[in-house]
Amino acid sequence: MSPLTTRSRSLAWGLSLLLALAPAALRAQAPPPPSADGSTPEGIQVPKPPFSEGIFPCTNCHDGKTVKLNTQRRQLKDMHEDIVLKHGPASRWCLDCHDAKDRDKLHLVSGEKIDFTVSYRLCGQCHGDKYRDWRVGVHGKRTGYWNGQKQYLLCVNCHNPHSPHFRPLKPLPPPTPPQLIQGTKGGSR
Amino acid sequence: MTDELNPRGPHEPCDCEGEGSRRLFLGTAVAAVAGALTGCGKISREEFLQHNFRELSKDEVNSVIARLEQEYREKYGKEVHVGNEPPLPGVIFGYALDLSRCVGCRRCVYACVKENNQSRDPQIQWIRVLQMDKEDGVDLQHANQYYNPEEVPEEGHFYMPVQCQQCSNPPCVKVCPVGATWREKDGIVVVDYNWCIGCRYCMAACPYGARHFNWGEPHVPSADVNPETHYLGNRPRPKGVVEKCTFCIQRTRKGRYPACVEICPTGSRKFGNLLDPKSEIRYILENKRVFKFKEDLNTKPNFFYFYGV
Amino acid sequence: MATLRTFGRFLLDTLRILVRGNRTYFIWVGFLLALIALGAWAYIGQLHQGLIATHMRDQVSWGFYIGNFTFLVGVAAASIMLVIPAYIYDWEPIKEITILGEMLAISALIMCLGFVMVDIGRPDRFWHIMPFVGRLNWPHSLLAWDVLVLNTYLLLNCFVVTYLLYCAYTEKHYVKNLVLPLVLLSIPVAVSIHTVTAYLYNGLAARPFWNSAILAPKFLASAFCSGPAILLILLQILRKTTKLRITDAAIFKVAELMAYTMGFNLFLTAAEAFKEFYSNTEHVVYSQYLYFGLKGHNTLVPFAWASVLCGLAAFLLFLVPRTRTNWITLNIGCVLIYSSVYIEKGMGLIIPGLTPDTLGEIYVYRPSVTEVLVAAGIFAIGFLVFTLLLKAAVPMMLGEFTHRKNGGASDHPEAPIPITTH
Repeated sequence: MSPLTTRSRSLAWGLSLLLALAPAALRAQAPPPPSADGSTPEGIQVPKPPFSEGIFPCTNCHDGKTVKLNTQRRQLKDMHEDIVLKHGPASRWCLDCHDAKDRDKLHLVSGEKIDFTVSYRLCGQCHGDKYRDWRVGVHGKRTGYWNGQKQYLLCVNCHNPHSPHFRPLKPLPPPTPPQLIQGTKGGSR
Repeated sequence: MTDELNPRGPHEPCDCEGEGSRRLFLGTAVAAVAGALTGCGKISREEFLQHNFRELSKDEVNSVIARLEQEYREKYGKEVHVGNEPPLPGVIFGYALDLSRCVGCRRCVYACVKENNQSRDPQIQWIRVLQMDKEDGVDLQHANQYYNPEEVPEEGHFYMPVQCQQCSNPPCVKVCPVGATWREKDGIVVVDYNWCIGCRYCMAACPYGARHFNWGEPHVPSADVNPETHYLGNRPRPKGVVEKCTFCIQRTRKGRYPACVEICPTGSRKFGNLLDPKSEIRYILENKRVFKFKEDLNTKPNFFYFYGV
Repeated sequence: MATLRTFGRFLLDTLRILVRGNRTYFIWVGFLLALIALGAWAYIGQLHQGLIATHMRDQVSWGFYIGNFTFLVGVAAASIMLVIPAYIYDWEPIKEITILGEMLAISALIMCLGFVMVDIGRPDRFWHIMPFVGRLNWPHSLLAWDVLVLNTYLLLNCFVVTYLLYCAYTEKHYVKNLVLPLVLLSIPVAVSIHTVTAYLYNGLAARPFWNSAILAPKFLASAFCSGPAILLILLQILRKTTKLRITDAAIFKVAELMAYTMGFNLFLTAAEAFKEFYSNTEHVVYSQYLYFGLKGHNTLVPFAWASVLCGLAAFLLFLVPRTRTNWITLNIGCVLIYSSVYIEKGMGLIIPGLTPDTLGEIYVYRPSVTEVLVAAGIFAIGFLVFTLLLKAAVPMMLGEFTHRKNGGASDHPEAPIPITTH
């Protein structure tokens, strides 16, 4: 698995879209490989990072002209005010992770800029044990083939990076208790 | 073993001569009587005389599968494919479930029902999710399957989904009086729904409540029938037989993950080849705190519970 | 050839006895036939709907049918209680009633097989469990063992009873060298049917209530009380209604043996209760459910204590010679023992074995109307078989009905059939 370029990544997206649109009957015959929306440089199949609708690329606004760079720590008022940061120490803020100069990237502590698709490297800086487990497929979710190609979920697919606690879910209905399981249909259906 | 020819030959071609025709007539007559007696009234001679799956020749298996597909086509009005994939060589399936992550949302229960054509009415569910008190630990007497809050996980509780543990030493297989259930080479314990007599001894023997009985005629709406099936797995079942989790044999023997693994929103469910040292499952066994459910019973499950944190 | 012809006539004449009888006989048979019809009707409904017509569910997957099956295996096994002293010690007073015990065993076995048949989900696949024809998972499955020993015992008893009656009919003394080995063989087989049935539950580690080594001995002890309890009452009825001579001594001797076995049975119950409640492990929940109720569910509690108290009372009644030899207290004792063991070996064994289920769930099982009706039908079949066997056997045993004196037992004697030369 050779590292894929940005172009071939978009090709992969296009392919997966085609597969998604393929007739159901076709899929029933031979299940397609898991649709990976993207692939990391090291070849890990990952889905698209869960951006809010129409928010990416960030440089649409953060192009250095429309919105001026402001490195001042502050309460955001005009935009992104819905983001509640509940992640780590109170002093943490946007530009600790988002790169100030290239808004379509994140950066590590080292200053290395990384794509959103490899955000796990960023998470892994602090959550080393989880990162290690994720890489071997123990933490987080994998789909696809147990003996072949797998699709990983990114950390951020389950954990909102701004508020990473796993969101509670509405459980699906409980089973019917045995005393309520009755032959209601009067026999054979 | 599978290719062993059955000397009684219930599937020999219909040569209507001598011994053959007499047996044919007897078979038809007995099948008709048996059909009438069981209230189904539509058991074919072939179905009545079908022998244990493990004793069928390749040709017999093919004719049985063709018959079943025809039957399902008539019943559900769509093509249902009944597969017969054998175990993959060098594979023993293992499963691990992360108790520190499961939130008890029951997505797995319903994905399993859908994938495996479980009866919607009367309801059959192969996965039972137990809610337990953190205070009590794994204590079945304090377990609750019927929790239904607005949101899970609930404070002070953890969740333990239970399904077939695919034991290496399965008590259910040992007790079956007719050999209608057995452990395949890849570790999956399967049932021949066409051989099971419905005595439910296996249900009494299973320590995990993993076996479920078709108390009434199973009902799956045609639109919801999963047409990709396996003879020993999720093909539609008749009334009066026992069924159970097969690790989604129809998927896993083709390399795919079981449906419950793929649906789990927390990634608590892990699956792979126990014989592959590089598999996720092996990593868990070697690096995590793992336990087997009711280990003292020496059932040797290939299903493990672990704590990911 | 001549023997075959005589045997044919024996069967025909037997049939002839069966269709004759007084008013009471016909009312009784009619009543049983009506019950059988009712049971058959309920069973057809169950076949049509599936076992969902019962109240068994995944949580409690065996119920009333298997409970009755277990109890009746005990009744069937108990006939050896009478065979052992009769044949080994040649104890005359019991000898003549041994054949009654064997007929009781036949009837009980037929009921057992009936209860198994109605309990299985696919009776149309009955042939799968037949040796040689199907695929019997022997020796691994205890149910496979049970099929073998139950059928062996049934065939053995059928043969011995038929042979003894045939000898009586032809006024020949039975060949001791043939009967004795068979009767001796039937002793271990009788023990085995009950032991195997106990092992059937005993071997399930998933069910701690059953997974106790005391189960098989307890099965035998309780069977040796319940079987004779039925027999003692029947013997008294037969003494009154036929010319069959059954001595008081025989009845009192059986009652004495019952006192010992009941005492032993109670001791085993106490041993089991001590182990469960004193050690107080997580496995105690099943006994708790049975004797005290669990989490507010106490359906079984009154039955469990009724069983213990009935057993205790009967034990005392049969232990004291004065109450044992008093007809009223003797019969009360029989009824008490019957009730005690019926509860203990039926619902009192099956239900707490399965409740709470393996995942700790409590499903309060009560038999459905269908189950009760089907069970009544099967009991009626058993009683009918026993009635017919008795009807034919009693006159033969009395020598009133032989190949020469055919019809001697009936109200309207017919012309004697010419004697065949052997």
